[in-house]
Amino acid sequence: MSDLLASVPDQAPPRGGRGRFARFLAGKVGGGVVSLFLVAVLGFFLFRVIPGDPVRTMTRGAPVSEQQVQALRERFGLDQPLWKQFLDFLGDLLRGDLGTSYTYSRPVGELIVERIGPTVLLVGTATVLAVLLGLWMGSRAAWRHGGAFDKTATSVALTLWSVPTFWLGLIVLMAFGVGVGVIPGLFPVGGISSPDTPPGFLPQLLDVAHHLVLPALTMVAVIYAEYLMVMRSSLLEEMGEDYLTTARAKGLREDLVRRRHAVPNAMLPTVTLIFLRLGLVVGGAITVETVFSWPGLGLLTFEALRVPDLPLLQGIFIVLAGSVVVMNVLAELLYRVLDPRVRES
Amino acid sequence: MGRRLVALWAVLLVGLLAPVPASAQEDGARPPQGATLRIGLQQQIDSLNPFLGYTLAATDIFRSIYPTLTTYRAEDFAVEPELAESWETSPDKLTWTFHIRRGVTWSDGQPVTARDAAYTFNRMMTDPAAATANGNFVENFETVTAPDDHTLVIRTKSPQATMLAIDAPIVPEHVWSKVTDVASFANDQMPVVGSGPFVLTDYRPEQDVTLTANPDFWRGPPKVAQLQFIQFKNSDAAVQALRKGDVDVVQKLTPAQFDALAGEADVQQVKGQGRRFYELILNPGATNSENEPIGTGHPALKDVRVRQAIDHAIDRQTLVDRVMGGYAQVGGGYLPPIFSDYHWTPPQPRAFDLALANRLLDEAGYPRGEDGIRHTPQGEPLTFDFVLHGSRSEDTQVGEFVKRWLADVGIAVELQPVSDNQLNDRTTAGDFDMVISGWSANPDPDYVLRLQTCAARPSPSGGGNVDSFLCDPQYDDLYARQLGEFDKAKRVELVKQAQARFYEQATGLVLFYQNSLEAYRTDRYSGFTVQPANDGVIVAQQGYWGYYGAQPTDEAVNGASATDYSTVAWVLGGVVVLVGVVVALVIVRRRATADTRE
Repeated sequence: MSDLLASVPDQAPPRGGRGRFARFLAGKVGGGVVSLFLVAVLGFFLFRVIPGDPVRTMTRGAPVSEQQVQALRERFGLDQPLWKQFLDFLGDLLRGDLGTSYTYSRPVGELIVERIGPTVLLVGTATVLAVLLGLWMGSRAAWRHGGAFDKTATSVALTLWSVPTFWLGLIVLMAFGVGVGVIPGLFPVGGISSPDTPPGFLPQLLDVAHHLVLPALTMVAVIYAEYLMVMRSSLLEEMGEDYLTTARAKGLREDLVRRRHAVPNAMLPTVTLIFLRLGLVVGGAITVETVFSWPGLGLLTFEALRVPDLPLLQGIFIVLAGSVVVMNVLAELLYRVLDPRVRES
Repeated sequence: MGRRLVALWAVLLVGLLAPVPASAQEDGARPPQGATLRIGLQQQIDSLNPFLGYTLAATDIFRSIYPTLTTYRAEDFAVEPELAESWETSPDKLTWTFHIRRGVTWSDGQPVTARDAAYTFNRMMTDPAAATANGNFVENFETVTAPDDHTLVIRTKSPQATMLAIDAPIVPEHVWSKVTDVASFANDQMPVVGSGPFVLTDYRPEQDVTLTANPDFWRGPPKVAQLQFIQFKNSDAAVQALRKGDVDVVQKLTPAQFDALAGEADVQQVKGQGRRFYELILNPGATNSENEPIGTGHPALKDVRVRQAIDHAIDRQTLVDRVMGGYAQVGGGYLPPIFSDYHWTPPQPRAFDLALANRLLDEAGYPRGEDGIRHTPQGEPLTFDFVLHGSRSEDTQVGEFVKRWLADVGIAVELQPVSDNQLNDRTTAGDFDMVISGWSANPDPDYVLRLQTCAARPSPSGGGNVDSFLCDPQYDDLYARQLGEFDKAKRVELVKQAQARFYEQATGLVLFYQNSLEAYRTDRYSGFTVQPANDGVIVAQQGYWGYYGAQPTDEAVNGASATDYSTVAWVLGGVVVLVGVVVALVIVRRRATADTRE
């Protein structure tokens, strides 16, 4: 119905609609590209602001001569003026080259690609579980808000949300990794897999799944609260709406009114949140990855920060910021698909 | 629909996992013959390329897989023949001839010859990238040649007493001559060709490194079949892994972690002497290599009496007890007591004596004002900036103690916790009054002694590996003489004199020597060769003795492999089955009530 109404002012409805979408798409993608460029510029200068000579920092404590320090500086292009370094950086970036890590003496791109898999596995699993748990509990809590379930669910979620992740991780590690009292230590305390796993696909898969349990559990415990709260509040907003009364008047059971009518409408803010979080959540994995020695991007960031390894930090920053930009664009596109009203505005 | 998908997924997983226990056992029935020694590693391995890697974790691996000319004895760090069986020097002390051991082979079967050693050193001398990690060893080399397969001749530019302390890994020429760009060579094609007690067979970055015993090692194969370094980014997790039996040895424990392991079943604590010294630097008026004053050091600290007064106001024993929980030794001489040959203890140490500190400060011309704070002759209050590592709790605590003691003698201290990076920069730039420093010493004292010479000061462009900005002709003279002294006893004497001079100048106050705290599983290992014999350590030795001499118990040799996959499968399978049952129940219930619902 809204489509009909919208197409009235347009002389050629189908073409105009498609043209508008193309314009919309171009606008969003163009905006994304500009953001990515700004990210690259910011990435470069941000890490040049950090005081200190990285080569000196990385060689302090190691027996190196002044000539060796100079050679290292030349190898990493640090003897060049800043503008020259920036131009080189941009040129390399366009070719997909993120530079060479100081500490690992390896291409940054390679290091990041190596670590992205474990991070996506951990963060992906945790996000999917947290979204499912959060949405389900959030909708239940809102539907009977003020009830016992609502009170317990929200207070537990908020408590976990406010607990320091590092601390929670350690508690989980000690309770389920080592075992306390009657709880046996069922899960490994760190890493993504054991070095002596038999080579077959199934044992390997099992081994990784076994290692995944504790870090994913910790992450879910911390992040599901956010989905719960957003779902709960947006469903609460829907609850007074007339269409629900209509649905009830049709004789639908409460359960179906909630699942078929209220929840889909309340989903929109949550979808945006999920996409925005997907971009950011990699950064949030730093603590969990550090506690459980999970060899992902978070851990790489942690190591890079300690040195600090400028090209590596820069590369990670660009990849993370870039993923936030991409996720944002995707969220806006998806929003358009999900909500007809957005198409019209 | 969603529910149906979930159910499908659950059924699929259950189906996948159900037959696993049997198949996992079939696949996993081939544990390595013999024991695996698993070390919990808390430091990063920066590179497997021995020309590039310089972290302690990386050098520890290089020591186990590559030969060196000489090594350090386990008992007392005395130099011992390794690849070089014997050696002699020319009368002018400029030419060194090393006789290379016969019958040693690389792990690919090729013989290890003098040409490999000559190739390694020449590459370090000619290729800047190859000099990254160990270039300092060849700085004074004129030429390195191999007249035949068993003779290596090194000519140095000037006499150098440290020629037997070259623990640079020697690489096989037939492998490395094909490497054109050392800087970008990862050296991770397994197995890596070496000739040490172990062969590098697997590496998973940030996860673990696996070394396999070398059956052809010239001293005989190690007692363990495999050596694994397992990375932990969090020391608490490493301790928990030891408790659980997932690793056999942990290192770098904090005093609290170490204490918590006391009385734990099957765990033996190892309190080793550390190689580090923890130092408080007082800026004596920093200058660069052109003798130009640099930095922001307080002029009062140029006076040796003020520096000594500060030393008298510091109670090292309290720091050891309260900050280090007793796991340290009170500092005095520059080199830690673990290197007993060169360690020097001040015959009359500057005792904790606030009255004496006050008297020295009065004499130096810094009287107390009405507020109790001392003033400079110009009337400025005596306030020192104390720069600390913000990330290290021991620094923070040392800072608080020192601040309180100095307040007692009328000196105000402003604590400035900064990042490690900033601390290094401010140290090199001389932008501090007081700063925390510290170094790991080697069995040969030359490297750390050099840090206190005039030559170590930064160049005007800011380079240089400076420590306390001491630039003292008397110290420099003693330093140069020890480097040129080939009689061990005389060299020891000179090294001690240099330390005495350093102590007298009080530019760097060695507060304590941290212990190295480790623990291991007694149910799997009955003993390790520690270095040195008296209060030594297992991990990160100057040599491979700890891993090479590890004594596995019968349980470690014959026991099951570390992870029992049938248990894993049952645990995970159980969880999945449980979820599947719940989902199925819900679906069944929904079906049953479907009619009444709509």
